[in-house]
Amino acid sequence: MPRATVAKAAQETSFYAAVAFFFILAAFPFYWMVITSFKTDADLYNVAHIPFWFNDPPTLKHFQYLFHETLFARWLLNSLVIGICVVAITLVTALPAAYSLARMTGKNGEALGIGIFLTYLVPPTLLFLPLSRVIAVLGLQNSMWSLVLVYPTFTIPFCTWLLMGFFKSIPPEIEEAAIVDGCSLFGAFIKMALPLSLPGILTVVIFTFTLTLQEFVYALTFISSSAQKPITLGVATDLIRGDIFYWGEIMAGALIASIPVAIAYNFFLDNFIAGITGGAVK
Amino acid sequence: MVAIAESVPRPASRFRFIFDRRDVLGAIFVSPAILYVLLLVGVPFLMAVYYSVSAYTIYDPSWRFVGMANFEQILENPDFRHTLSNTFIFTFGSQILGLILGKFGALVLLRPFPGRKLVRAIIILPFAVPVALATVAWQWMFDSLYSVINWTMIALGLIDRANAPNWLGNPDLAMLSVIVVNAWRFFPFAIVIFLAGITAVPQDVLDAATVDGAGFWRRNYQIIVPMILPIVAIGLIFGIVFTFTDLSIVFLMTMGGPIGATTVLGYSGFQTGIVSGDVSHGAAISLFMLPVLLVVVVLMLRFIKRREI
Amino acid sequence: MAAVLTRDIVKKFGEVPAVNGISLTVSDGEFMVLLGPSGCGKTTYLRIICGLEKQTSGDLLIGGDIVNDIPPRARGVAMMFQSYGLYPHFTVRNNIAFPLKTQSVPRAEIDKKVEWASQLLGIGHLLNRRPRQLSGGERQRVALARALVREPTVLLLDEPLSNLDAKLRASARLEIKQFQQRVGITTIYVTHDQVEAMGMGDRIAVIDHGVVRQVGTPTEIYDDPADRFVATFVGTPPMNIVSRNGGYLGFRPENFLPKEMMDDEAFTEFKFRVDRSEYLGSERIVYGAMEGFDPNQVITAKLPPAHVADEWIRPGEWHPFAVRNSALRNFDKDGKRASRH
Repeated sequence: MPRATVAKAAQETSFYAAVAFFFILAAFPFYWMVITSFKTDADLYNVAHIPFWFNDPPTLKHFQYLFHETLFARWLLNSLVIGICVVAITLVTALPAAYSLARMTGKNGEALGIGIFLTYLVPPTLLFLPLSRVIAVLGLQNSMWSLVLVYPTFTIPFCTWLLMGFFKSIPPEIEEAAIVDGCSLFGAFIKMALPLSLPGILTVVIFTFTLTLQEFVYALTFISSSAQKPITLGVATDLIRGDIFYWGEIMAGALIASIPVAIAYNFFLDNFIAGITGGAVK
Repeated sequence: MVAIAESVPRPASRFRFIFDRRDVLGAIFVSPAILYVLLLVGVPFLMAVYYSVSAYTIYDPSWRFVGMANFEQILENPDFRHTLSNTFIFTFGSQILGLILGKFGALVLLRPFPGRKLVRAIIILPFAVPVALATVAWQWMFDSLYSVINWTMIALGLIDRANAPNWLGNPDLAMLSVIVVNAWRFFPFAIVIFLAGITAVPQDVLDAATVDGAGFWRRNYQIIVPMILPIVAIGLIFGIVFTFTDLSIVFLMTMGGPIGATTVLGYSGFQTGIVSGDVSHGAAISLFMLPVLLVVVVLMLRFIKRREI
Repeated sequence: MAAVLTRDIVKKFGEVPAVNGISLTVSDGEFMVLLGPSGCGKTTYLRIICGLEKQTSGDLLIGGDIVNDIPPRARGVAMMFQSYGLYPHFTVRNNIAFPLKTQSVPRAEIDKKVEWASQLLGIGHLLNRRPRQLSGGERQRVALARALVREPTVLLLDEPLSNLDAKLRASARLEIKQFQQRVGITTIYVTHDQVEAMGMGDRIAVIDHGVVRQVGTPTEIYDDPADRFVATFVGTPPMNIVSRNGGYLGFRPENFLPKEMMDDEAFTEFKFRVDRSEYLGSERIVYGAMEGFDPNQVITAKLPPAHVADEWIRPGEWHPFAVRNSALRNFDKDGKRASRH
């Protein structure tokens, strides 16, 4: 009957319109990032030109400038080093802590786990004041190592909580069998729990890395010299000469810095959701 | 009878099996994490509290106790009260907007359609990409001269160039802009939370409701919404906590301006405590975040507990 | 000598005693079954013997030595878990080899012992597979091989048959029992299934609410139950128990027969009315009420399939039934066994 099909068609159209709305809402700023990175300055700073596509042919000049004339490569290196160090510190600290809370403690363990997780909620915009004094006392001011010291304060609580969930999903019988078979408690942790929680560990590594890349407040507070900046801080604050924003370069830098994080999030989104919602939803 | 070889020789009597005790090893395992958190979160927190009741500045690092003097001083300052209200407007404006977008986005993504995986991947981007980088993109989009938004509105004939809105230069528009950017960052997270909650509602509960005669909207509001409330509440806790204390978006887009129109608590604490070096007042300002955070978290946790299914 | 001796073992979780004073002796080479309903404490008790739990009080001796504070690996015990606990990330060969690797046994010796254990259990052809590729029965044999490769002095089994489907259970029961007799290892076996217990145990310890109600051979448990709990827990259908003279009287359904089927022995008569009858092929079960006793209590009789006249068991009619006096069991008002009738 025509009335039903018209109604159906209207419903379908409005559905796809909604899809398009959300898609464009989410994607447009990134499209804008991409296209700005490849446009010539003449094309960019001309209000007569249509902004949505290239009026002059696309160029790689901004990328070249980024790598040759700025400290962009150095910032990438800084972030890589910071990331690796923070991941290492986090794993060494959070893995045993999560295992202990998941297996070795009863009610106290639950409370302690929640307590550790709650410290994740203590705002950096409160802690940055005393921490900047601590950093100064340790002689780490203006150095990227200050970030290596401070970042674990939020990666450890978050990862401990994530890993607790993963450890709890391994049947305790396997570790008990290992203990009866001659392992010490520590041996059972190393030989059984760790190998069997590899997906969880991988998730934690990826997320710790992205958490460190995301961070802005501590980086802004502790670091002022350009060479020590991590990538996010550098791109957002250092590509300005005088009062002039080098938008082409800024967008190019933002693009390069965003891509790995975006890819990582997508691969591990399902694991991440499972971790976040595991406790709340029965 | 099949004979087995001689039995395992019994070990010597007194071993130190101390690390086989769950309580000992358990304590050792947790201690690095606890130590880290105590030393670099717990102690600094106490330091911040002490700063707020002292006369500590960078130029005069005195630990002299001044009681509530700092708090009185900042409360008397009209700029501070403005900052406080800005922070509330910023937080609740962006959370509400983000939640609404999240709810409807989740409903859209519930239904399978060709290309859904790709759409989902793209929709996650605002939340996945580092705050500062996404904010910088918006900054460019709001640029006073070259804003693509203005260009589009002019091209559509909605306004003319002379009256093009100065997104970051006009006090009200500036607040709107930072709210929009924050909501934009938050809504994918809200979508994920809603999706997780909705898909966790057991199908048989929904089926029973349909058999009982509930239509789409009733099912939605009387069955689904109450059941996903706990998980949405948790998402809200995260959202509120991180927005209320944030300074990145304001710092990058408006530097708190124009004329303090978008200054929020986090930014003000930064300006006073770090940039100006007035640590004691900066700490006092930052501490104002705490009561609100505490109230929000406690309220939400109570709410969740009561609704435990 | 690897006997297991426990003296007054108590285990409390918080205020609740899961095990409330169990003293038991398992002789060297004996197959002892711990039988009881879910939650009675038998698994907790087993785990204490294994060393996975520490008792709140009481002593545990293995082979004459007190092992209260010694971890499992130094006690010489091996355990087979309910879900087998096979290591999913190891091959079968490495699963079996693992207990030897933890003791730093030299490589050549490990290979020899793994060969021996897998031959013993008939799983030599599975050595390179992973646990997820095995059937339930195969996994069980791998778990057994792993338990035995260390040549432990005591073997502990925690309801190993409960994860098998019914058909497999009977043959697995036989296999385990035959195996234990061949190898001669002291074995403690936990189950809630009384058929398993009666079929496999040299002796059975019936446990309820953390205490041992009775220890004895299957015959003793069945024919001479120490109290009402044991009497009704073992035996299908359960023993009929009626109140009489301030105490209780019990008789098993297979001993409750129409008077016509009695022989020369002394017997006691009861008037019985059949309400319902189930013909099961190998036997016939009838349900009804006895005159002079609680009319709401269902009394069961287990009759042979043939040689029973219809008029003896016609539903709704009263007919004299009888129990040989030697088959009557008396219980006092607390439920404990009083002297024989």
